[in-house]
Amino acid sequence: MTYNINEKGYYGEFGGAYIPEMLYPNVEELRQNYLKVMAEPEFQEEFNALLKDYVGRPSPLYFAKRLSEKYNTKIYLKREDLNHTGAHKINNTIGQILMAKRLGKNRIIAETGAGQHGVATATVCALMGLECIVYMGEIDIARQAPNVARMKMLGATVVPALSGSRTLKDATNEAIRDWINNPVDTHYIIGSVVGPHPYPDMVARFQAIVSEEIQWQLKEKEGTTKPDYVVACVGGGSNAAGAFYHFLDDTEVKLIAVEAAGKGVHSGESAATSVLGKEGIIHGSKTLLMQTPDGQVTEPYSISAGLDYPGVGPMHAHLYKSGRAEFIAITDDDAMTAGLELCKREGIIPAIESSHALAVFEHKKFQPDDVVVVSLSGRGDKDLETYIKHFNL
Amino acid sequence: MNRINQKLQEKSNEKLLSIYFTAGYPNLNDTATIIQDLEKSGVGMIEIGLPFSDPLADGPTIQASSTQALKNGMTTEVLFDQLKDIRKTVNIPLVIMGYFNPILQYGVEAFCKKCREIGIDGLIIPDLPVDVFNDRYKSIFETYDIINVFLITPQTSEERVRFIDSISQGFIYMVSSASVTGSSSGFGDIQTDYFKRIAKMNLKNPQVIGFGISDHESYAQATKYAKGAIIGSAFIKNLSKNGVDNTEQFIQSILN
Repeated sequence: MTYNINEKGYYGEFGGAYIPEMLYPNVEELRQNYLKVMAEPEFQEEFNALLKDYVGRPSPLYFAKRLSEKYNTKIYLKREDLNHTGAHKINNTIGQILMAKRLGKNRIIAETGAGQHGVATATVCALMGLECIVYMGEIDIARQAPNVARMKMLGATVVPALSGSRTLKDATNEAIRDWINNPVDTHYIIGSVVGPHPYPDMVARFQAIVSEEIQWQLKEKEGTTKPDYVVACVGGGSNAAGAFYHFLDDTEVKLIAVEAAGKGVHSGESAATSVLGKEGIIHGSKTLLMQTPDGQVTEPYSISAGLDYPGVGPMHAHLYKSGRAEFIAITDDDAMTAGLELCKREGIIPAIESSHALAVFEHKKFQPDDVVVVSLSGRGDKDLETYIKHFNL
Repeated sequence: MNRINQKLQEKSNEKLLSIYFTAGYPNLNDTATIIQDLEKSGVGMIEIGLPFSDPLADGPTIQASSTQALKNGMTTEVLFDQLKDIRKTVNIPLVIMGYFNPILQYGVEAFCKKCREIGIDGLIIPDLPVDVFNDRYKSIFETYDIINVFLITPQTSEERVRFIDSISQGFIYMVSSASVTGSSSGFGDIQTDYFKRIAKMNLKNPQVIGFGISDHESYAQATKYAKGAIIGSAFIKNLSKNGVDNTEQFIQSILN
């Protein structure tokens, strides 16, 4: 039994490539080449060198002593927040920009919600001197002004998505439409483990560096490569995919995926896709999806812009359905409290996405000798305004 | 015999104009009126768009009409109810064009069964890939004699065009250029070379060209190389501008 992808591009019953014929040549070109390219020694060498010298990897696996004392268990934080651009997103964009170059593409498109993936994409395009167009919902542009400015400073063109609900899902639609219109010279850098096969697998492989490092770093600190638990937040699911990757088939390691409950799972304002979603098709992938009984995609809500996606990567849909991972939904309030707790106890201001993962300790009791690794996927600078409002700072 | 095959595979040289419109637009209950007027005006086949919240192969015009149709209250059930008596008045082939998720939620078999009861002849589902259709749904479509129409584009390899031809019935939907629907009108050398290339392949299925056709000139150009042509966005723009009473004038302006 494997929880990883099969040769047809499915995780169990989820995944596949539900794309219009217009996208077939682009996606097929990528599908036929991605594993081959990634296996090339020169590719690996360039990828690893950039991760080391440009991103700043390995990111520390930090034993959070005071947090551990409070919850009477052993808590390690995987510090993706210390990466260049402030989150795990850059691991994937470095990988994909090198892929795009190998495939001879000179124009890069991307979607972004809060702007983190957009910034990570604009960054690698600047690094490689490639044209960069980022699609962003009109509403998100208005509420994420600093990231829009960052992308512009990095030389990217930010195009507002004006259709539908004018947020992340619509930005993704616009990026896909751009790819249909520009099938030859353009590579689409998807920011999460979503989209048609091979994207979920390719992005998971680029993010897998996170769990690869956890293994050897934990060996140094605890004498074992296996934590008892790995905890990560899930929107589309790329940081969770990276943190889980090398543990997927080792069921001694328990996996916990934390979704955003928003104002409460059944409040009507939530992004807890595993609970609220039903099997469906979004952005080229069969997965769990929040939708009306009639099959129209609905708009999710979370205080965290990185978690309000109406679907979830097909890997995670399978982890949920098969019971391999435990799924927990954390409300806005509980996440914000957990975020502030980390500030006070460890001197680290986490991204609100990561704060959802940290809230697991108020939700679930761990044993004193359990080793619990939490993916601290990003830093909280981008969220200051939300923290200020929430706590009247 | 399925009406699509009857109409498109007949030996005559007569060309066919097919019109796409989004069901539920401009008003929820315009569906039957629009279909009847289109047939009376000389249209040879109709694609009834089942609106979807995330139509990723469509340009702004069809997106906006879909959003409005959903706001007006269009659902799969409502559409089937509006169409239940359509065969009392309309004889030309009727095709439903929609994205896969709403059909999946209704149930693929239930959807095909309902189409057969009503007298819908085919489906165009842009995001249902050929291999998934073959593996999982082909036999259902055959049971209910519903034709699933496949698309080709200028980027489709010759080998894949042949493969799609071999599994197609009715007609092949030729996407005119690398674009979403409703893009700029008129065809350059790249398109006409592609039209000629496909015409020369002597495929077993007739081809109908869609995307980028908006007026008499582009219609005439497309039907020089193919059995028919499909107009969508331009018709929807006409509905937006001139309402539902202007259908005949619009169709006449395309045909003549």
